Amino acid sequence: MLKFIAKRLVQMAFLFFLFLSLVFFLLQAQPGDITSQFLDPTIPAEVQALLLERLGLDGSIWSQWWAYVTNFFTGNLGVSFSQYPKEVIDVIAERIPRTLFLFTFATIFAYGLGFVLGKRLAWRRGGFGEASITVSGVLLYTIFYPWFAILMILLFSSSLGWFPISGFLTPEFWRGAPFTGNEVFGQLLLSFTISAAFIIGGLILASRSEERPQQRMFRRAGYIVAALAFVLFWALRTEMRPFAVDIIHHTVLPVITLTLIAFAGTMLLTRSSMLETLKEDYILTARAKGVPDKDIRDHHAARNALLPVVTSFILGLAFIIGGGVVTETVFGWPGIGSLLLQATVIEDVPLATGALGFIGILALMAHLLVDILYSVLDPRVRVQTGN
Amino acid sequence: MVIKDQDSTEVLEPQIDGVETVELAEGELPESLLRVRLKLGWAGFKKNWKLFSENKLGLVGLGVILLFALMAIAHPIMRSVGPWQDDNVYDPVIGFSAPVTDFEVVATEADVVDPDSQIDQVTAQLWCFGSVAGDICSINQTPAPPSADHWLGTDPLGRDIASQLTFSTRAAFLLGTIAAVVTVAVATTVGAIAAFYGGWIDNFLMRLADLVLLLPLIPILIVVSGLFTVTMPLLGVLIGILSGFGGTAIVLKSQALSVKVKPFIDAARVSGGSNMHLIFKHVIPNVLPLSFLYMMFTVTEAVSLEATLSFFGLINADMTWGIMLSTAQTQGYLRSGLEFWWLLIPAGLAVSLLAAGFFFVGRAMDEVINPRLRSR
Repeated sequence: MLKFIAKRLVQMAFLFFLFLSLVFFLLQAQPGDITSQFLDPTIPAEVQALLLERLGLDGSIWSQWWAYVTNFFTGNLGVSFSQYPKEVIDVIAERIPRTLFLFTFATIFAYGLGFVLGKRLAWRRGGFGEASITVSGVLLYTIFYPWFAILMILLFSSSLGWFPISGFLTPEFWRGAPFTGNEVFGQLLLSFTISAAFIIGGLILASRSEERPQQRMFRRAGYIVAALAFVLFWALRTEMRPFAVDIIHHTVLPVITLTLIAFAGTMLLTRSSMLETLKEDYILTARAKGVPDKDIRDHHAARNALLPVVTSFILGLAFIIGGGVVTETVFGWPGIGSLLLQATVIEDVPLATGALGFIGILALMAHLLVDILYSVLDPRVRVQTGN
Repeated sequence: MVIKDQDSTEVLEPQIDGVETVELAEGELPESLLRVRLKLGWAGFKKNWKLFSENKLGLVGLGVILLFALMAIAHPIMRSVGPWQDDNVYDPVIGFSAPVTDFEVVATEADVVDPDSQIDQVTAQLWCFGSVAGDICSINQTPAPPSADHWLGTDPLGRDIASQLTFSTRAAFLLGTIAAVVTVAVATTVGAIAAFYGGWIDNFLMRLADLVLLLPLIPILIVVSGLFTVTMPLLGVLIGILSGFGGTAIVLKSQALSVKVKPFIDAARVSGGSNMHLIFKHVIPNVLPLSFLYMMFTVTEAVSLEATLSFFGLINADMTWGIMLSTAQTQGYLRSGLEFWWLLIPAGLAVSLLAAGFFFVGRAMDEVINPRLRSR
């Protein structure tokens, strides 16, 4: 298993190296010369030469490329043009937890919802309900995202007033607050991570045990302990709680929007994968044995139908990240996606390429995680790639 | 990244039911080869159409696409012989028209008896600077709601929405066509070459495909359109290359692998065909039907990507659906609810519907090509 992960890590590093090179050559291919854009032509020639040398821009394109890639790997992304003395890495570090938060929740909800709906749809093929859910799923999948996000805001924020219209927190509420937004957000992330750890621990214990009732017990215990830990965590932080609630309140609508955009892909795939599994002989055997319908659906069919769905995660990740950029922008959520767009529009090249690089890292990391998950689910993969 | 056990899809061989077999004397053809091919093609088409038309959603999708095609054709007709001939009014970019309402300027807000014909002096300064009580202030109403002259109203700059909408349809089709053609060209070539040569070429191309597949298109295209001047044809080519190099190339490669081991490839090789001849004359034609399926999904992707990018103001184009929404957004009309629905609904709905139409057709074609997906 460790060998498998190590191999994947090396592959990921290589892919990222390719990606960075692509970004670098994109920068080089841009019309005009980035050096002439930022060197004042009125300053003396020798000063210009000195500046070029200090910026490392006097070497050949290959040495510049090498410098760019090594700098990126050592975390030196340069200085932002628009937020001048600030390092790009600092700007990104401030924003990346927010994007991760939005992204993680939307991904979990989208895949959960897609899988549950997909397996039910396949089970009851051919009804009106199936057709309408499929159609609305596809329509949501192909809908024009910024437009959909705006409609969601119009409906839930402007008309119903359930959620704030945009942003990450309510500024007037935070005036004079003893915490900064990022501190509270960090605590939120911490509490969710702790809860997630308990849930995952429960699931792992459940998968190790043989007996069905025992499995169920471990799973439930995991959920309960996670919930308790979460409650306890925030019970101890009375002062911070209202601010955390404010942030959560701002998160709900973007997460719902991103989930709705992304779930249909999983749903359609689960459906077709389920339909194929249902034709297998062992389903017929299970029916003949008199296994209850729900058990056949959840344990015999859905379990086996899950594999291609997990594979599709890879495609879905890119889809969700792309949708996340749009969602962040429309909702004014100060994450890395909206940073990318802002930096691009004001031509802050180091910031834009840095953000793009980190989105690449995000995609690759998420993919690595899925790969590991996949190899846990299906041992055949490990054997195959081990040879 | 490796796509595991990618579903291998079987390509339907053209059905030859429709052609009668005739006993032939040696070296004699009853009709020209072209006619036989046409007949074969027609029979295959009829058979596939029957399968396709069993899928109701596919038919709906096709209907939607045809509707948009009609819209695209309608625009030049309306502009040249129809009621939209006046360039100053109906041009989608530089046209202007606004219903003018005359308001009587009164001293204070309290004096306004009829808000439809009277306006207080302070507010009037916004439109008629320097006007005093007793003057008449004429106000251009933009955006104007739908009327007989402007079926879908006008935008915040007084331009006809219906004209913009139909004008943009053409751009969307152009973009979709370019993206689809480029995707098919790139994906079949890459897939066939990777499958045919194997070894490090295969490895390199597939790792590159993995990379393209993994990376989200929207952020990349955002940065690219920030660095370069991206026009619609260029965007089509970019989307085509990116989506052709990613998942489509991987699927087509697995298809090409199964073609590569067929006896006719060996036969062609034995009779002296070069590698290039084998790839372009034998492998590619056999994976082409499958690639048409991915064409549909590429068009879906291209249409919504373009709209998203132009909504962010990153595309260099005269008028597209995304730009229509972007105009409404930057002028501050989008968040005001459904009061200005004609700015919000038509453009967004057009993008969503066209993308959905191609997606439905793609799914229906999937069922034709991939028999395992069919219901019974």
